[in-house]
Amino acid sequence: MKARFLLPLGLFAALVVLFAVGLGLNPREVPSPLIDKQAPTFTLPQLHAPEASFGSRELTQQPVALVNIWASWCVACRQEHPFLMELAQRGDVPIYGLNYKDERADAIAWLKRHGNPYRVSGHDLDGRVGIDWGVYGVPETFVVDGRGVIRYKHIGPITPQVWREKMEPVVRQLQQGGA
Amino acid sequence: MLPELGHFALILALCMALVLGVVPLAGAARNVDSWVAVARPAAWGQFLFMGIAFLLLMTAFVTNDFSVAYVAQHSNTLLPTIYRVSAVWGGHEGSLLLWVFLLGGWTVAVGTFSRHLPTLMVARVLGVMGLVSVGFLAFLLFTSSPFERLWPIPADGRDLNPLLQDIGLVLHPPMLYMGYVGFSVAFAFAIAALLGGRLDATWARWSRPWTTTAWVFMTLGISLGSWWAYYELGWGGWWFWDPVENASFLPWLVGTALIHSLAVSEKRSAFKNWTVLLAILTFALSLLGAFLVRSGVVTSVHAFANDPKRGVFILMLLAVMVGASLLIYAWRAPQVKSTGHFAVVSRETLLLGNNVLLVVAMGSVMLGTLYPLLLDALGMGKISVGPPYFNTVFIPLMVPLLFMIGIGTLARWKQDSIGRLEQTVRYTLAVSVVIGALLPWLLFRSWEPMAMLGAVLGVWILASALLDLRLRLRNSAGLWQGLRRQSRSFYGMVAAHLGVAVTAIGITFSSYYSQEHDVRLAPGESHVMGEYRFLFEGISEHEGPNYTATRANLRVSKEGQRDVVLHSEKRLYKVQGMPMTEAGIDWGLTRDLYVALGEPLGDGAWAVRLYHKPYVRWIWLGSLLMALGGLLAAADRRYRLKRNVATEAAS
Repeated sequence: MKARFLLPLGLFAALVVLFAVGLGLNPREVPSPLIDKQAPTFTLPQLHAPEASFGSRELTQQPVALVNIWASWCVACRQEHPFLMELAQRGDVPIYGLNYKDERADAIAWLKRHGNPYRVSGHDLDGRVGIDWGVYGVPETFVVDGRGVIRYKHIGPITPQVWREKMEPVVRQLQQGGA
Repeated sequence: MLPELGHFALILALCMALVLGVVPLAGAARNVDSWVAVARPAAWGQFLFMGIAFLLLMTAFVTNDFSVAYVAQHSNTLLPTIYRVSAVWGGHEGSLLLWVFLLGGWTVAVGTFSRHLPTLMVARVLGVMGLVSVGFLAFLLFTSSPFERLWPIPADGRDLNPLLQDIGLVLHPPMLYMGYVGFSVAFAFAIAALLGGRLDATWARWSRPWTTTAWVFMTLGISLGSWWAYYELGWGGWWFWDPVENASFLPWLVGTALIHSLAVSEKRSAFKNWTVLLAILTFALSLLGAFLVRSGVVTSVHAFANDPKRGVFILMLLAVMVGASLLIYAWRAPQVKSTGHFAVVSRETLLLGNNVLLVVAMGSVMLGTLYPLLLDALGMGKISVGPPYFNTVFIPLMVPLLFMIGIGTLARWKQDSIGRLEQTVRYTLAVSVVIGALLPWLLFRSWEPMAMLGAVLGVWILASALLDLRLRLRNSAGLWQGLRRQSRSFYGMVAAHLGVAVTAIGITFSSYYSQEHDVRLAPGESHVMGEYRFLFEGISEHEGPNYTATRANLRVSKEGQRDVVLHSEKRLYKVQGMPMTEAGIDWGLTRDLYVALGEPLGDGAWAVRLYHKPYVRWIWLGSLLMALGGLLAAADRRYRLKRNVATEAAS
């Protein structure tokens, strides 16, 4: 067996090792480039009161808040909705909504039917704010701390498991005044 | 009851595959005729049970048997019947079953159409294919059975992904899989030849028509996918360098190198080790494609629902199959002697250049596809590699390749001289450069250098093919007689090369001269783009079988031409709640007009995207020509003549 004929086998073995490592990683966990950065500033009309505004300032009134991007046309939002309701009832952490590319009437009707877990929802009709926040699929949920810095981002519906394992620890840490 | 029968049929198919993978190979090694004779019946048995399983799954879909989990996840009572049939391969499990079924089909085809080959060779080829089949059947049965039951039985299914509810996607996976799986034949021939120590020109001749046929399917599959992406995704693009697109493109590039290198191995008995390695590599890349799509190591719009267990299994499959074949290669290849010697200036050298460029192109596409994974594995962060990288590395490799198409077909085997070649092509080349450089100006009033380059290359391929034909007809009595005397494989080669030229021109012109306007239009408003006026006539609501649609009507007018009305829809598929855009396209040989409805902007106005895409059809027209060329070449008479001679000798 001459060495050069073993070369393809060697290259291939290296690839297999790479894939084996790759299998343990999750490419869907794309970290938002905004993590640990100041949340983009915005001002939006409130969903239920268009004359009043909702913006970055409201987010920093407590040590930690959740910002949930939602829409009445989004099926996965309906899936996570009962859990958001539960979180809101527990009252551990305020949830703000960002109603994304939705008709006002549809959004209000949707909240009436399924319940409203949000302290306030901003109405982002043309999705401009969503773009600033780097939203690429609804629902998405951001954890924002008292200084308005994004500390965590979850893409897709929040499940009890995701909450317990990923988000709650971050929220708890921030509430206890950890940096 | 029926789904359990399907599962049982798959188990029997696995048993048959085990017999096929073990007995004939052992028989060939130990020279036991009765063991060798098992190959064909076992191949048929395996195919029979795979067919039963496949039909039973299809039955479950057509009859809406939602007690089968896979059916419940991918179908719905409202789904039109044709999509219920294609939903069979709409998810991971069913598409794997299709894969396995096609592999069984190819195995039977090889068994049937290779009666003229030595029995031992056929036994080895079928045996190797049987082993491949064992791997995939095990993967199917142990990690991804499509026949799992669901309890309680849901009243209705979750519906097929709306993206897949389209005729392009009904055909795209079977075509592509025919290609992927077809390359297993070339692979099996290579391994059988290595095992038997018979790596000669006849081996290359036997595997050529199979390889070319697989390549034809792959070409059609990829271009169907690209065509589908163009009209269905509503982005106006036709290739996105998505990891899964790349996964199908990698084996195609190396497969293209393989069919050229097989030509050298057959005609000149050279490059044999290299050809064998390419055959292994092509199939390995097909497996790699399966791994990338089904394991979730890369993110892609195509990715199936991921399960780490599947990823581990298919990685092991890949490691064992490719590892074993490369080991056999390292063991056997050193004994092979390439006998065909050739000079530096010769057709062999040019074909070698073709191979090198194609393999390097494959390598750079693979690097771009796997680089994010590599960085992530090394803990260096997550990135994604986009079109800028691929275009930058890919285009410079394609330019010399396209140029060499013209020279390569005119060069002589074994030895040629630069002087003679120059003498032969100089007028043709000069004319091509002039015409090609003027084309962008004549058509678009533009002097864009890259467009000129693309046009020159396209015209050059056409002109050199004509020159080649003229030289071949020089000594024949009449034109018609001369044309008839040329072999099918010659015409196949010409058609495929012209296809490359047509595709190259389509890509160049559509990328440089497309216009795209994002506009806000209210009913009654219009927008002018180039020579076309787009009038937004209004919106109407429609009800489809399983979706509701908002349809926009746009009237397109151009001076001196009849108006066309284009419809673009925003559909909401009810079950999955998924919005989809149907683009409205007026197609033409020299340009497509393309409109896609965006979001409502209030006050009755909508965001509308308008495109004018010149020569974009040529991209797919060219790939059809390539596929036609491949078919002609695979149908060449000499592959069949051999068989007649062999049959006569036997009788």
